[in-house]
Amino acid sequence: MEPLKAKIAPVQSKLGLDRELVDRARASAAKVAEDTQRFIDMHTTVAVERTVCRLLGIDGVNGVDVPLPNVVVEHLSARDILGDGAALRIGNAMAELGLTPQQVAEGIDRGEIDLAALPSRSEAEIRAALAGVVEATMARISANVAKRNEYLTTFGDKEGPFIYLIVATGNIYEDITPAKAAAKQGADVIAVIRTTGQSLLDFVPYGATTEGFGGTYATQENFRLMRAALDEVGEEQHRYIRLCNYCSGLCMPEIAAMGALERLDVMLNDALYGILFRDINMQRTIIDQYFSRVINSYAGVIINTGEDNYLTTADAYEEAHTVLASQFLNEAFALKAGLPEEQMGLGHAFEMNPDLPNAFLYELAQAQMAREIFPHAPLKYMPPTKFMTGNIFRGHVQDALFNMVTILTGQKIHLLGMMTEAIHTPFMSDRALAIENAQYIFRTMGDLGSEIEYKPGGIIQSRAAEVLQKATDLLGEIERIGLFATLEKGVFADIKRPQDGGKGLDGVVRKTDGYFNPFIEAMHRKEAKA
Amino acid sequence: MSSGLYDMSAKDFDKTLDLTMLKPYGDTMNDGKVQVSFTLPIPNNEKGMEAARLLSRQMGLSEPNVAYARPLDKEFTFYVVYGSCTHSVDYTKIKVQAIEDEAMEMDEVYDYIRENIGRKIVVIGASTGTDAHTVGIDAIMNRKGFAGHYGLERYDMIEAYNLGSQVPNEEFLEKARELKADVLLVSQTVTQKNVHIQNLTELIELAEAEGMRQKCVMCCGGARITHELAKELGFDAGFGPGKFANDVATFCVKEMVRRKLV
Repeated sequence: MEPLKAKIAPVQSKLGLDRELVDRARASAAKVAEDTQRFIDMHTTVAVERTVCRLLGIDGVNGVDVPLPNVVVEHLSARDILGDGAALRIGNAMAELGLTPQQVAEGIDRGEIDLAALPSRSEAEIRAALAGVVEATMARISANVAKRNEYLTTFGDKEGPFIYLIVATGNIYEDITPAKAAAKQGADVIAVIRTTGQSLLDFVPYGATTEGFGGTYATQENFRLMRAALDEVGEEQHRYIRLCNYCSGLCMPEIAAMGALERLDVMLNDALYGILFRDINMQRTIIDQYFSRVINSYAGVIINTGEDNYLTTADAYEEAHTVLASQFLNEAFALKAGLPEEQMGLGHAFEMNPDLPNAFLYELAQAQMAREIFPHAPLKYMPPTKFMTGNIFRGHVQDALFNMVTILTGQKIHLLGMMTEAIHTPFMSDRALAIENAQYIFRTMGDLGSEIEYKPGGIIQSRAAEVLQKATDLLGEIERIGLFATLEKGVFADIKRPQDGGKGLDGVVRKTDGYFNPFIEAMHRKEAKA
Repeated sequence: MSSGLYDMSAKDFDKTLDLTMLKPYGDTMNDGKVQVSFTLPIPNNEKGMEAARLLSRQMGLSEPNVAYARPLDKEFTFYVVYGSCTHSVDYTKIKVQAIEDEAMEMDEVYDYIRENIGRKIVVIGASTGTDAHTVGIDAIMNRKGFAGHYGLERYDMIEAYNLGSQVPNEEFLEKARELKADVLLVSQTVTQKNVHIQNLTELIELAEAEGMRQKCVMCCGGARITHELAKELGFDAGFGPGKFANDVATFCVKEMVRRKLV
């Protein structure tokens, strides 16, 4: 089942970009991804193997609340056989003992099964034992894709920008109330922001949760609850409401798997974000992001990349080229994972200092440039946050300017700005006013973009040319020194990260010769067919 | 609607400024005019409007005018209300804890340290606990600074270490000891359910238990931090919105001198 693609308006060429530079930048990024992929292919991580466990149907927690995927992976790590992969070892146990993966996991937890002590079956026998479970999981994910397609076909999909809103009460049941209200007011994407600190947990909590700070835990049950609530509103409203969560941190691929199983539609999923902003080890993140994107690709999930975050620490005017360079890299890594362009929600943001003369023109140049360079990508555009001051009245105007850039340039995933940004997590009324603001501008300026051309050699064209030139130079430099060395130098967001520093490096292991991951194989086979 | 919009009698009040009876200023002295907006979990109808009016009266607004009402959902309505505040405060009796040091510029801080401390001082900063936001600490510490105020990393007589976000309090203090920090800066952005209060209290308690509190200047900052709150929690100072690296630097170097930590 092929996922239906989000509708992206065709882009008019207005900036007179040097296509040769674009090609050169893209080639550099592809080379960087190619070099890095060799490293990825040689390694696996605890998160990748826990994901395999989850996709094999292993779920639940033991008596002391440790998720069973963690129990299994810790068991494998302790015996130094994680490099064989969870699939091989669990499949072997299935063949040998005639148990389901869940029964194997429970047996491990009770101390009754030692995966290292079992006799080894042949790879063919192991694959045969796994085949039924793998097919069942693939069928479940395909059914989710089919269900989404059915909704989108029945209700039709939105033509213009998706209005994207966040809920974050900490309690999944409380989250449902504002989420439903926002959907009724016009939101197209609801993101349940995660609790502070979840990105650094090396496990995914289990079950419905009602406590969180600044957000709500991403758990499979929470995904299911919110999905059901949004389907309910969607059916009332005759619109498909997309659900978004955060596929980042130390559990990137696990959360992708949970999202695929529960029909999430959008996932924050950046190749570099965790390294820069959560101090997660770069080797770990780079390996984890690959499998997470393979899953997102197969499940028809639009990924959102995190370039906007660079601009919360680095200056949006001076560092604009690092955003573009990172978009090229995210695109290259996503392509490696088989993710189609139509699922690449490359990120950027409206974060220039309002005191900068002509800042709006530079924002317009950046947004238009991203559209012309990535014409099939549903670009994710983030609202002002850094220069929101508590002056809600000016804030509402800043958000209005941001809304104008989106409608003038055709950004697709439009995260609404809140006038109360920097004060509190949004009230229900803050969201309603933000939606009203955006809808007013989208309605009354709907076709303004197609009426406007930019002056040849003017401020907007010159700015875009300058940013593209700098991004191309930077990518050439990254190609020369490699991705890991680049991150060590602090090129992105002014943040330096050592290759062996950060969290989660001890979860990286080298694959053995017998290693296989049946889900990457199955998901890629589908890609090959496509 | 019995709003105050066209009501002339409402302006029949004393228009001279009396600081012992301070009131909001709309367009005339002592008119007490304020705007409030809120959502009630009820349907949008006449009864709801009346509920909004009654509630505004109880907030101390006379002649509340429900200027705008709109449903947010079937059972939720948003109101914008104008009214005259019936309360006043005695401004002449107010005492606040504010930082009294006149903020010095970066160069002046440099001179001050050279003259009064005579060595480089060590400042470490982090967003501690589970808080993942670095925006506050970055604004104060990053070289580039914020809104035209260079960050502490650019100060020549300051050795600044920004440890980033989600640093556990224990680790933060350990690092402070290791670097022989003179000044500890903690930023807190997430304040939901008062998580910042718990975290800041824990840091102070740990610092006291480890005998570090007396040896360092400790400050906290963030969008919801006030100097008064910081003092109450046992910090030397608190920095809220509108404070920059030079405000923080000024206080810290002067406090080091005041407390003879040089």
